[in-house]
Amino acid sequence: MIFPFLTVLIALPLLGALILLFIPRQSERAIKWLALVTTLVEFAVSVGLFVSFRAGTAEMQFVERAPWIPQLGIAWYVGVDGLSILLVMLTTFLMIIAIGGSWAGITERVKEYNILFLLLEAGMIGVFVSLDLFLFYVFWEFTLIPMAFLIGIWGHARRVYAAIKFMLFTMVGSTLMLIAILVLVFASRDVTGTLSFALTDVLKTPVPLALQPILFAAFALAFAIKVPMFPFHTWLPDAHVEAPTAGSVILAGVLLKMGTYGFIRFNLPLFPEAAKSFAPVIIVLAIIGIIYGAIVSAVQRDVKSLVAFSSVSHLGFVMLGLFAFNAPGMSGGILQMVNHGLSTGALFLLVGMLYERRHTRLIADFGGVAKVMPVYAAFLLIVMFSSVGLPGLNGFVGEFLILVGAFQANVWYAAFAATGVVLSAVYLLWMYQRVMNGPITHDENKTLKDLSPREIALLVALGVCIIWIGVYPRTFLDPIQASVANLLGILK
Amino acid sequence: MSLSVPDLNLRIVVPALIVSITALVVLLGELVTPAARKRWLGYTSLIGLLIAVGATFGLWDAHATAFGGMIAADNFGLFLTLVILLGALLSVLLSVDFLRAHQVEHGEYYMLVLSAVVGMIVMATATDLIVIFLGLELLSLPLYILAAFKREDGPSLEAGLKYFLLGAFSSAFFLYGIAFVFGATGATNLTKIAAAIAKNPSGDLLLVGAGLLLVGFAFKVALVPFHWWTPDVYAGAPTAVTAFMSVAVKAAAFGAFFRAFFVALPGLAMDWRALVALIAVLTMTLGNVAALLQSNIKRMLAYSSIAHAGYILVALVAMGAQGSSSALFYLLAYTLTNLGAFGAVIALSDGARERLEIGDYAGAAQKQPFAAAALTICLLSLAGFPPFAGFVGKFLIFSAAVETGWAWLAVIGVLNSLVSVYFYLRPVVQMYMTEAQPGWDGSATLTTRIAPLVALALAIAVVGVLALGLFPTPAIALATGGFVR
Repeated sequence: MIFPFLTVLIALPLLGALILLFIPRQSERAIKWLALVTTLVEFAVSVGLFVSFRAGTAEMQFVERAPWIPQLGIAWYVGVDGLSILLVMLTTFLMIIAIGGSWAGITERVKEYNILFLLLEAGMIGVFVSLDLFLFYVFWEFTLIPMAFLIGIWGHARRVYAAIKFMLFTMVGSTLMLIAILVLVFASRDVTGTLSFALTDVLKTPVPLALQPILFAAFALAFAIKVPMFPFHTWLPDAHVEAPTAGSVILAGVLLKMGTYGFIRFNLPLFPEAAKSFAPVIIVLAIIGIIYGAIVSAVQRDVKSLVAFSSVSHLGFVMLGLFAFNAPGMSGGILQMVNHGLSTGALFLLVGMLYERRHTRLIADFGGVAKVMPVYAAFLLIVMFSSVGLPGLNGFVGEFLILVGAFQANVWYAAFAATGVVLSAVYLLWMYQRVMNGPITHDENKTLKDLSPREIALLVALGVCIIWIGVYPRTFLDPIQASVANLLGILK
Repeated sequence: MSLSVPDLNLRIVVPALIVSITALVVLLGELVTPAARKRWLGYTSLIGLLIAVGATFGLWDAHATAFGGMIAADNFGLFLTLVILLGALLSVLLSVDFLRAHQVEHGEYYMLVLSAVVGMIVMATATDLIVIFLGLELLSLPLYILAAFKREDGPSLEAGLKYFLLGAFSSAFFLYGIAFVFGATGATNLTKIAAAIAKNPSGDLLLVGAGLLLVGFAFKVALVPFHWWTPDVYAGAPTAVTAFMSVAVKAAAFGAFFRAFFVALPGLAMDWRALVALIAVLTMTLGNVAALLQSNIKRMLAYSSIAHAGYILVALVAMGAQGSSSALFYLLAYTLTNLGAFGAVIALSDGARERLEIGDYAGAAQKQPFAAAALTICLLSLAGFPPFAGFVGKFLIFSAAVETGWAWLAVIGVLNSLVSVYFYLRPVVQMYMTEAQPGWDGSATLTTRIAPLVALALAIAVVGVLALGLFPTPAIALATGGFVR
């Protein structure tokens, strides 16, 4: 009997949430500690998973399969391969940051807050490990509820609007995906004779060419809204800006990756022919997203909106890499998902730390902060360079691989996308200059306190990952190679 | 002509008999129960209903008919009997303290509920148009009175009268339909009608008859364009009555609806399928769009119930075993969910003062976290979010539609549930994301304690909604029973 890693990873946060339910709401310290311990244990389990993961095979590993609704061929069917293992790690890691990062900032309804985060964690892990289309859909939809509550209760001024918009936008895509799943599964049953929602069973028979474009479009719409790809990105600035800090960290860090993950897990292997014919459209949209996101970021007056729009740009890179259909592009795309989770998560965390001290995020309200918060300035600089793609830090590895892949696919793709790298330096460095450098123009900023040990600990953890991937990316690239090669084989 | 003694197989109707006897006991008990002890009549009803549940399980797989094939104990009918009994049990639990708070604690309330339940069981298990009509009347008459049960209250009286007038109207349609069908086929028994249609599948008389039956059913389950009575009746009737009506009548009427169209009229499917699909589209769309515009939660739930009738109609269009089993599962899920939602509305009220405007729910989660959480779960389930019962129900229905080639209808269905998310979230937003309004945050008057029976009903509903959502397999297995023909 092997250790059921994946079921434990899904069950553990749920168990934590259940225990939290019975702790009186006044004991806030106990609640926070229990939530933190849960995420720490969860991370430890996922490290165990990563260590026992065998690189060099595209096979699904740690597979568990048990009937759930046998009448319809639906099963509790989970497993990980190279495409998903890093995202599981990213989720468990960022959850520690999220819980730790809310320690001081969240003072109201602490119990509900932590319960919702743990529910969200279970849902996110479920999305990344489900191999049954029904199970995937259940987790996909399930993540919406806690996130919408987190935005709607603990968010800023326009929180309710942002929460509802987030929910409805995501659902526009996912409801159509549900019908597409049904059409797909029944089409497969008509060939094989058995009804099964298992991805592996559906993959056994090629999807009829006539159905591929429409099904591809239905799945792609759901995922493109989540990524979000231009022009489906309009929910993102609202949700990210209004969400509480930790909500933004998880939203940008993990939830957006559900979209890009959906593309490689479902769209590409299920509908390879349609994927090939749609690829130019997706790549053009990705490049528009890269440039548009960067330009819009540059003109933001609010630091948090700046970081939010930068996600549109960065996720454009990821999509470009995935749809270049070659090994460097796809590996780079997958690695860049992790990189974006780490650096943008860290940026949101840093912005949140500033907001907790000053209760404003307008660039104009700052200036010269580096003088009073030197430690903060150092961390911001590292994270920013990671986001810009400075060699030696994680962002460089991902973006470089993606650009290599794009170059191999079409020189023009790479040429246009590369401008995004330049533009990201523009908006981030300019923001840094206006916020951190120069004279202190506002008296309130003279008394800002530098980082607390708790905040330093969180940023050090993120910084270690950022440098690790930058210096020795093989730890994270090796496990994904075989799965990428396998996927590219299907797309040949 | 020889006279044959009909097969009085009383065993088949034991659940209905038990409920009838309980109704009589309650009626007589009312005479001797002092005013302070009226709740015991509620407890008596609960016991009777529970025994009936046991008896229904005892008949499981009996697959027999009685009274010359006029009534059947097949798993389709028994499943609906269970749904109806469950709906009645939860409604009675919600009613006991509700009646006291609203100062209408009269014993005949329970007697009327139980009589309606008898009518519903008869309707759901009838295999003859005349008996279906009998059940329809038997369930309708008590409900007309129940809708007007707050006899000092204008809207309640209006609801009763409206329901009565339109109900009588629809009964006439239905009866007229029976006459036409009888004229065309010479039979009122569903199986015999089917046989007659198989022999001679054409005939305008028959089509008119089928159309009139459709209208009759459409009135009872509130399908567009025969839904106009619903919002006024649901909003005006006492909340506990609305809760009961919104679920149990649907279960009974849809049961007869499905049985009539699947057993008697499958030969005419070419004629009615597209029409029913169109009605389903209209019903789903109008129900959801109109619900968007409501500010009163009971009216919102009324339009939502219209929309849900539309979803169930999709299962009728799908036909076949998937159609009937998905509809049965949906009715069970809907019964638990909707009763949970109405139960939460009752639990969140302050004595006789109810939170009827959605704005009244502002900040309620802080005062009554349990009831607010229950309402949230039920509304999310109605909207079709996993992992709740409503999601599995919708999934089964849409899956049946896609499987039988009605994917476009399923697409319209999911787009409709998308619209519905917006209005189902409005009370949730108020409860969790808005500050309490003056008047409702006056903690001096607002009781944060929920009456134990209401809490029990809510707990049953919420646990049921979660259980059906997470482990739907046993319920799906029970729902795949099928008809005796």
